[in-house]
Amino acid sequence: MGLGIFQYDFMVRALIGALITGATAPALGTYLVQRRLALIGDGIGHIALTGVGVGLLTSTSPVLAAVLVAAAGAIAVELVRERGRTSGDIALALLFYGGISGGVFLVALSSSKTTANLMAYLFGSPLTTSRVDLVVMAVLGTGVLAVTLLLRPWLFAICHDEEYARVSGLPVRTLNLLLAVTTAVTVTVAMRAVGLLLVSALMVVPVATAQLVTRGFRATMAAAMAIGLVAAGLGVWTAGTYDTAPGATIVLVAIAAFLVTAVATGAWRAIRRHRPADGQIEPPDVVLEP
Amino acid sequence: MNVIELDSAVVGYGGRAVLDHVSLTVAAGEIVAILGANGSGKSTLIRAALGLVPLAGGGARLFGTTLRRFRQWRRIGYVPQRVGAGSGVPATVREVVSAGRLARRGLLRPARAADRRAVEGALAAVGLADRAADPVGTLSGGQQQRALIARALAGEPDLLVLDEPTAGVDAASQDAFAGALAAFSRRGGTVVLVAHELGPLEPLVTRAVVVHLGKIAHDGPVPRPAGHHAHPDHDHVHPHAPDAERGLWA
Repeated sequence: MGLGIFQYDFMVRALIGALITGATAPALGTYLVQRRLALIGDGIGHIALTGVGVGLLTSTSPVLAAVLVAAAGAIAVELVRERGRTSGDIALALLFYGGISGGVFLVALSSSKTTANLMAYLFGSPLTTSRVDLVVMAVLGTGVLAVTLLLRPWLFAICHDEEYARVSGLPVRTLNLLLAVTTAVTVTVAMRAVGLLLVSALMVVPVATAQLVTRGFRATMAAAMAIGLVAAGLGVWTAGTYDTAPGATIVLVAIAAFLVTAVATGAWRAIRRHRPADGQIEPPDVVLEP
Repeated sequence: MNVIELDSAVVGYGGRAVLDHVSLTVAAGEIVAILGANGSGKSTLIRAALGLVPLAGGGARLFGTTLRRFRQWRRIGYVPQRVGAGSGVPATVREVVSAGRLARRGLLRPARAADRRAVEGALAAVGLADRAADPVGTLSGGQQQRALIARALAGEPDLLVLDEPTAGVDAASQDAFAGALAAFSRRGGTVVLVAHELGPLEPLVTRAVVVHLGKIAHDGPVPRPAGHHAHPDHDHVHPHAPDAERGLWA
């Protein structure tokens, strides 16, 4: 036990890939949670699978095809949201389930051509991360961080109060579409590390954990990214050391962090509530005479 | 100089006319109260003037420019009706108020000293300087409303548009709000506010517009309460209000 597993190159690549995911997914997820769209990442992940299928079938890059199809799906989702219709739910269901079944269908069609494993895309396979994969993840991840960090005041404004942002003259529609496309890119970045079905967990759980202890938006985003990084690192180490499924392990570590933080903050509040105020000593119930 | 002009504006929701050929002009320096019952169309009136709801007919201008061509949004400070504080992620009062500077701050431009000064000044103007680092969600309803007013003031606008700024707001916040509004007006600002009742704002208001069933029913001085409403002991309990005494009217 220890850090010996990182003498293997494939473990180091798995770690770097997971860390990129651990930083980018919560950074983007903070905006989704702010907007109460916590589960939208899951839907975009479903749509991205169709892109993977297209990529495999046409023998092009599954990652590139996933980015393009997921971005198109995310823009469609944003247009549905913008309309704000009650029938939007149904439209989203059609998109998401159409996306995942289309993906499964296309991947199965391509199975004669490739040895690609559907499970690897759905639940991640960081241990097979190649050098090229890492470069692609680093480039896309840098893009995600550039958008989420540099545009924070503006994206905060549209997620916090869209109508006010409109009267402020902000390019609300452009920023919304940018956020949608960035969501799609984040999903694709995370595909290798945790898989399309678990992407949303890394977008939401670290943010949920962070906001148990933070007071502001900026602090929540920073804390969520730190939690995501730790969960990703610890998850890969655990998976490598005990031979568990890496993607699932990363997510379980993140959920464990949430539970520990929730219990700890709850206990801290209970202690503070029961502690008598400064200088006030409760009168004794009984006085024992010597 | 006219700040707001609505010319025979029509707004409809699902075939029902909410604003029925309404014309209204607000000149620079005025403090106009838009009064009316719930559902009268008074909120729709200002939302149409700001381009937040599309016009089905007629025209609208801001600062003399048609809405379609209007780009000087930094001249407008908008205070929307306060919705539930429950935002997904916590945000500090200062973070919310800072959003008010974005209209003056170019995209991707970092905040400058002037931006920070304006935010601190706006926080002080509504009496929230000591709560700047607290999450908005921990504030009282009235304090949250004051934070939204500070956000609008932070952009140093020429026109303040407020939608029900005093609804459900405690007396201390109403007074702080009236003070901030008076100071804004003294510097030459124009104010349009939608209200159900004016309370401590009444002495500030220079003109009242009463909206009834999508039309303007009165435009002039603040109407005096009539009949038993005018009695000093009248406490303005509505029989339909949820907190009205049960059995009083039954």
